[in-house]
Amino acid sequence: MASNRLKSFTKSLRENPQSQGLALISPTMLYLLVFMIMPLLLVVILSFLSRGPYGNVIYKFNLQNYLRLGDSLYLRILGFSVTTATLTTLASLLIGYPLAYYIARAPAKQRSFLLFLILVPFWTNFIIRIYAWIMILRTEGLLNTTLLNLGLIKVPLDILYTPTAVFIGMVYEFLPFMVLPLFTSLEKIEFIQLEAAADLGAQPWRAFLRVTLPLSVPGMIAGSILVFIPAMGMFVVPDLMGGAKTVLVGNLIRNQFLTARDWPFGAAASMVLLIGTLIVTLLYARRAGLGEEVLV
Amino acid sequence: MSTFAVEMQGVVKKFPNPGGGEISAVDHVTLQIEHGEFFSLLGPSGCGKTTSLRLTAGFEWPSEGEIFIQGQAMGRTPPYLRPVNTVFQSYALFQHMTVAQNVAFGLEMEHLAKPEIKRRVDEALEMVQLPGMAGRKPKQLSGGQQQRVALARALVKRPAVLLLDEPLGALDLKLRKEMQLELKALQMQVGITFIYVTHDQEEALTMSDRIALMNFGKVLQIGTPVEIYERPTSRFAADFIGETNFLPGSVVELNKEMATIQLKQSEGCATGLQQGNLVAGQPAVLSIRPEKIRLSDERVLNHNCFLARVVSTTYIGSDTRVVVDLGQGNHLTVWEQNKISILDKSVFYTPGQEVWVTLFPENALVLADA
Repeated sequence: MASNRLKSFTKSLRENPQSQGLALISPTMLYLLVFMIMPLLLVVILSFLSRGPYGNVIYKFNLQNYLRLGDSLYLRILGFSVTTATLTTLASLLIGYPLAYYIARAPAKQRSFLLFLILVPFWTNFIIRIYAWIMILRTEGLLNTTLLNLGLIKVPLDILYTPTAVFIGMVYEFLPFMVLPLFTSLEKIEFIQLEAAADLGAQPWRAFLRVTLPLSVPGMIAGSILVFIPAMGMFVVPDLMGGAKTVLVGNLIRNQFLTARDWPFGAAASMVLLIGTLIVTLLYARRAGLGEEVLV
Repeated sequence: MSTFAVEMQGVVKKFPNPGGGEISAVDHVTLQIEHGEFFSLLGPSGCGKTTSLRLTAGFEWPSEGEIFIQGQAMGRTPPYLRPVNTVFQSYALFQHMTVAQNVAFGLEMEHLAKPEIKRRVDEALEMVQLPGMAGRKPKQLSGGQQQRVALARALVKRPAVLLLDEPLGALDLKLRKEMQLELKALQMQVGITFIYVTHDQEEALTMSDRIALMNFGKVLQIGTPVEIYERPTSRFAADFIGETNFLPGSVVELNKEMATIQLKQSEGCATGLQQGNLVAGQPAVLSIRPEKIRLSDERVLNHNCFLARVVSTTYIGSDTRVVVDLGQGNHLTVWEQNKISILDKSVFYTPGQEVWVTLFPENALVLADA
């Protein structure tokens, strides 16, 4: 009886390609539903509630949290976050492009080794790597002692616990996310296209501007999105390398949930970050003239 | 001193061998190509023809020797400073640009005025019969159309020499034959020197003014299609161009331009035109094209005439292909043109039948057996 039912099930599956797809995708869908959609809905609901006197949640609908985000203090934090994330993206692009280009043009045997080197940092805990940066950047750190010993500076540079340190740490953290999609995009460009450009009279730099650069746009967009989104929500780097002085949206949200115990306000800030990032990303991808390739 | 469109003097190109050492892809090639000539580099894959083309384009630089374009020594001149343009085997069209942008690219590199560029792009697209396609992307075109864009993109620059690297290789047979005639007509119309790389001997014979036959990096023979087909100077040339029969033996007699060889595994001797300098006793082959052999019921000549047995006949429409056995495993293929309807049964040769085979000495060649 049971085996009969199983047989008829497999038969209907075999004859119906649509249900095959459904069967294959359902574990993932279920996982996403439980662990992503549900928590997200909770955050949405939470953002319209308010904080009780003891950090508890009062179940009464209001828009207070969103109105409070309009305060100039929070707008400044948002503005600073957007600036930091944008600069991080730009710097990763400028540093990552030559690196990705070099790897993409390296002999096939070296290529996989070089890519492997890009991924090596992921083997160490992120916090530990940030502490390594602190050791380098602090007043008596590696950087300052070296520069002092070389006589290049007279007074130690004050980098750690400044926005510059946050910037350095974020670029460091997100660089691989820029390099990998750029590499994929650059590797796909056939060398013969550059030969054709040279053949038609283009000096190497013009061939780069007219052929390589336009053909690597998908990689630049994908990499920028992969850097910009997490950079917007980053709070570990500003916490550890920026001291208490640098507050990004990520820190704000974390503080509301963990320190101030104002969950509804934290949820509202999360929603603003989520929707804001989504809009910026969509506009960026549209602007660059290819929505589908990156977003779908 | 602009006597030749392209001149190669002792050009050598060595590449590092994966197994260590070096291999010469091009080995002391010397040739001269006249202005306005349709010149083909013909040979099997790996013979050095594409490398020779890439050396001329400037994508590679010679290890030894020198290439002159219009009398100018090229040395290590980069591609973008050479008065030549290339049509690539894979077309190498810029996928992110439209057809018109592809064709305009080379003119933009010359900093021409916009209206001038537009005029010449339209002209070029009309010349390759692609009007109305200017706004399309390469991916929206068929292989034949992409090939035309590649041609227009190179020709619009009005190069001194156009280099074509197996440009028809990716097209189907029918389209290829059409394009062969079209390309030849186009070349006569624009009067530009074409250097055409191909491994297809029929294509080379159809289109070329002259052919350089290459093998193992060396030029074996340069000549007109008729010279290359009728008077191959080596066994390789005779074998690679068209079909041919070889009868192995050794030289027994040399008489002016004629040579006679003692056939191996047989009592008979055969005479043909001597190709190259032969010496008595050296191993040689008698080479004769299948369409030049005569079959008859009676003996025609005292010499070079053998009694044979028909092994098989194959009717292929225009010809009947007859394989005959001269004895001791010496087989010859003969093409009998079907000038009269084969429905008349008496024309057919039946397997097992005896027949006289005549190899007219003026149609046979004696070549050194390498």
